[in-house]
Amino acid sequence: MSAASNQVETISAPREARRGARAVIQLLSPFIGLAVVVIIFSILAPDSFLTTRNIEKVAVQTVVIGLGAIGMTFVIISGGIDLSIGSVIALACTVTGWSLDKGASTPVAILCGAGAGVACGLVNGLAVTLLRIAPFIVTLGMLGIARGLAKGISGQQPIRVDPEASSWFSSDWLLDRDWFITAPAVWFMIGIAFLGGFVLRNTAFGVYTVAIGSNEQTARLCGVPVRTMKVLIYVLCGLFAGLAGVVLFGRLGLGDPTAANGMELTIIAAVVIGGASLTGGEGRILGTIIGVFMLALLETGCNLYGAANYVQEILIGLIIVIAVSIDSLRHRRSTN
Amino acid sequence: MRGVQKRFGGVVALNGVTFEVMPGEVHALVGENGAGKSTLMKVLSGAHRSDGGAMELDGRPYEPSGPRDARRRGIAMIYQELTLAPHLSVQQNVMLGRETRTGGRFGVIRSAGMRASVRTALERLGRPDIDPRTPVAELSSGERQLVEIARALVENARVVVLDEPTSSIGRQEVAHLFEVVRRLRDQGVSVVYISHFLEEIQELGDRFTVLRDGRTVGSGMVKETSNSEMVELMLGRRVEQLYPVSSRTPGQPVLELDRLSGRNRPQKATCSLHRGEILGIGGLVGAGRSELIRTIFGLDPIQSGRIRFASITGSELVEVSRTTPGRSLRRGVGLLPEDRKQEGLALRLPIAINTTLSRLTEGRGLGRIGFLKRSALERSTDIMRDRLRISSTGPWQDTGSLSGGNQQKVALARLLHHECDVLLLDEPTRGVDVGSKAQIYGLLDELASGGTAIIAVCSYIPELLGLCDRVAVMHRGILGSPRPVAEWTEQSILEAALVAEGSGVVA
Repeated sequence: MSAASNQVETISAPREARRGARAVIQLLSPFIGLAVVVIIFSILAPDSFLTTRNIEKVAVQTVVIGLGAIGMTFVIISGGIDLSIGSVIALACTVTGWSLDKGASTPVAILCGAGAGVACGLVNGLAVTLLRIAPFIVTLGMLGIARGLAKGISGQQPIRVDPEASSWFSSDWLLDRDWFITAPAVWFMIGIAFLGGFVLRNTAFGVYTVAIGSNEQTARLCGVPVRTMKVLIYVLCGLFAGLAGVVLFGRLGLGDPTAANGMELTIIAAVVIGGASLTGGEGRILGTIIGVFMLALLETGCNLYGAANYVQEILIGLIIVIAVSIDSLRHRRSTN
Repeated sequence: MRGVQKRFGGVVALNGVTFEVMPGEVHALVGENGAGKSTLMKVLSGAHRSDGGAMELDGRPYEPSGPRDARRRGIAMIYQELTLAPHLSVQQNVMLGRETRTGGRFGVIRSAGMRASVRTALERLGRPDIDPRTPVAELSSGERQLVEIARALVENARVVVLDEPTSSIGRQEVAHLFEVVRRLRDQGVSVVYISHFLEEIQELGDRFTVLRDGRTVGSGMVKETSNSEMVELMLGRRVEQLYPVSSRTPGQPVLELDRLSGRNRPQKATCSLHRGEILGIGGLVGAGRSELIRTIFGLDPIQSGRIRFASITGSELVEVSRTTPGRSLRRGVGLLPEDRKQEGLALRLPIAINTTLSRLTEGRGLGRIGFLKRSALERSTDIMRDRLRISSTGPWQDTGSLSGGNQQKVALARLLHHECDVLLLDEPTRGVDVGSKAQIYGLLDELASGGTAIIAVCSYIPELLGLCDRVAVMHRGILGSPRPVAEWTEQSILEAALVAEGSGVVA
C-alpha cells in the first residue's frame, strides 16, 4: 500500500508543477500579445500612444465590439458561431433611432434596440435547434436578413433624431470620458464582462455551455437540456448585440443601417485571439476582453503612426493566424 | 433479464438471453465478437428497447425509457470510449446535470458542496489524491475511467456495467481498477464485467454468463469453471463450406518485418510474407492488428524496426524507408481499410471514380493535358464490374447506393485496378452478405494463385482457417509467430487470442 501511494505521489508531483506552469502561461499569453502591441506602438508613436487621452479614446471605442464579443464568447464556447452579429448591431442601432424618432422615451428606445437583438438571437437559436441547420448557415442568413431589415426600417437613410429626443444619448455623458475615470459605457462593459465571467465559471448555465461545446453527447447523457441551452446562448448573444447597437447609436448620434459592416469578423477575431477554440469547449471572458483591446490598440496605433489602412488590415490578419497557431501548438503538446 | 430479444431489421441480435446479477457480485459477461454482449448491455442501460422478454430490477418490472431513466434507477454503463467533457474539471464532469441539487440559488453553483461529494466518491474508489478541480484533459485514461465510475457512485448506481474496461488503460492502472471493482463489490454494488480476457475473469469474477449468437449458452461460478470449458462454451459452431479448396505454392518472400513497432501497437512484430500466400492475422479487436497493417502501409508512423520489400519478382529484399501511403501504392502495396464507409470509399462519388482514384493520374485514365477521359474510366470500371460481379446500374452509379457487399467489392476493385502485388486487407468480409463473401474468398484465392501476396486480418476464426495458408495471432500488440494453417484449430486460435503466448491454458 505504501508503495502504491508513493507511486501516486511521484506521478502527481511533476504533473502538478506542469499544470501550474501551463495555467500561468495560458493565463498570461493574451497579456503578452497585448504588451507587445503596446510596446511597439509606444516606440513608434512615443508622444501620442501611451497618453491617457488616447487610452480613454480606445476604451470608449471598444465598448461596442466588447459587448458583442462577450456574447460571442458564449456562442463559440458552446461550439457554435454567430456571423450575424455585425448586422444585428446595426439593426439594433437603427431601431433605437427609429423608435426615438417615433416619439418613444429613452428607456423604451433602449428596450426596443435590445429587443431587436434578442429577437434575432431567438430566431438564430430556434433555427439551429429545431430546424437543425448548421449555425454557420443560419447566422449567415441572419446576416443578410438583419441588415436588410435595418435598411427597410430606415428607408435606406441614416435616421437623424431630433436632438431633444435623443438628449440622453447625445448629451455625451454616456460616452463622457471624464465621468468617473472613464465613460459610463465603459464601466457598463466592464460590469457585463465580470458578470459574464462569473456566469461562465460559477453557474450551471456556464458549465452547461462548456459541456455542450466540449462533448455534446455527454451533455445530453447527463441530462443537460442541450436544445434549450443553445437557444438561450444565441438569445444571450443577441441581447449583447442589441445593447452594443444601443451604445453605437449613442456614439454615432444617428440610426445608421450601414454601420458595423464586417464587425462580426472583428468580434470573432477578438474572441479567438483571446484563446477560445472554434471547435468549442474553450474560451474565457478575460481573454476575449484582452483580444478586443489588442485589436483596438492596433487600430489606433496604426492611425497615430500614420500607417495606411491596408497595413492595419494585414497586421490584424497576421495576428489572428499567429494567435490561433500558438494555441494549436500548445494543444498538440498537451495531448502528446 | 429473462428471454430478452432484440432485432435490428431482419437481423436478430439477441434471441432469448437470460441474465441474472446478484447484489454485490462481480458478474463476468463473455462471448466472441458479435455474440451480443454489447447489445444486451445497451438494452439494460436503456440505449435500446428490447423486442421481447422481461426485465426485473429488485423484483419489480424494469423497462427503461432511455439512458437517463436507467441511470436514475441505478444502472450505470461505463463505455469503452469514455464519455467525459475534456474541457471541464473532474468535479464538473461528475456533477454534470446535477448541479442544481447541491443547493445554490439562481443556478449559481456551490463549488464547496459539490467538491465534498465528489471527494467522497473518489475516496470510495481509493483515489482521494485526485483533485476534483483538475481538468479531465490532464488525467490518464485510467483516471478518466475512475471519474466515470465516480459519476455512477454520485448517482447512487447499484449496477455498474464495465465494457472492456482494460482495453484502453495501462498495465498498472489495470491493477488499480481491479482493486476498485472489489471495493465496489464489498460496498454492495453489483458489477457487470465484460471482457475478452479470461485471466481477468478468473482473477476478478464471482459468476459468469456466456453468450453465443445472441443466446445464453451457459453460466456458473467462475471458481468452478476452467478456461478451456469457457472457451468451449464460447465456440461451438461448425466451419461452413464457403472456402475455395485450391492448393497454392508460396514463392519468394516479398515483404519482411523486422521488429516493427508503431507508436503503441504493434510491438516488435517480426514475420515474412511470400508471393502467392495468404497470411491470416487473428486476435481480438484492439489487439493491434489494424495498426500492424496500417504501419506497414504507412498510415501509422513507425517507431522502430524495419520493413524490407522486394519490388520485382525474385529480386533481393531491400529495406524501405519513410513509408507513406503514396509510396506504398507506387511500390504496389495496397490496403483495404477496416472501415470502408469512413476510410475506404468516397461514398458520394460514383463507382468509376472510386475504382480508379489511386491511379487517376497515371496511364489509362488520363487524357492529354490532364483532362480525365470518361471513356477510359468507364472501360476500366466495366472490366472490374464484370470481374467482381458488382451488381450496379452502371459505372456512374453512386457508390453509397450499393449494398455492403458490393461496396466492399468496389473497394477491392480499386486494389485490383491498381494491380497491387501485396494486399493488406483489414476484415475483408465485414458487413458483407454470405453470397458476396463466397465471391470475395474466390477472388482472393485466385489472386494468391496468381502470385499476389496477401495479409488478411480476420476476427471470424473459421474464416482464418478456411482462407489462409498461414496464421499468426496477435495479443495485446504482440504478434505471435505464423504457423501453417494445418497446425491451428479454432480452439487454439481463440486461446492464443485470449491468453498471452506461453502463459499456458491446457486445451
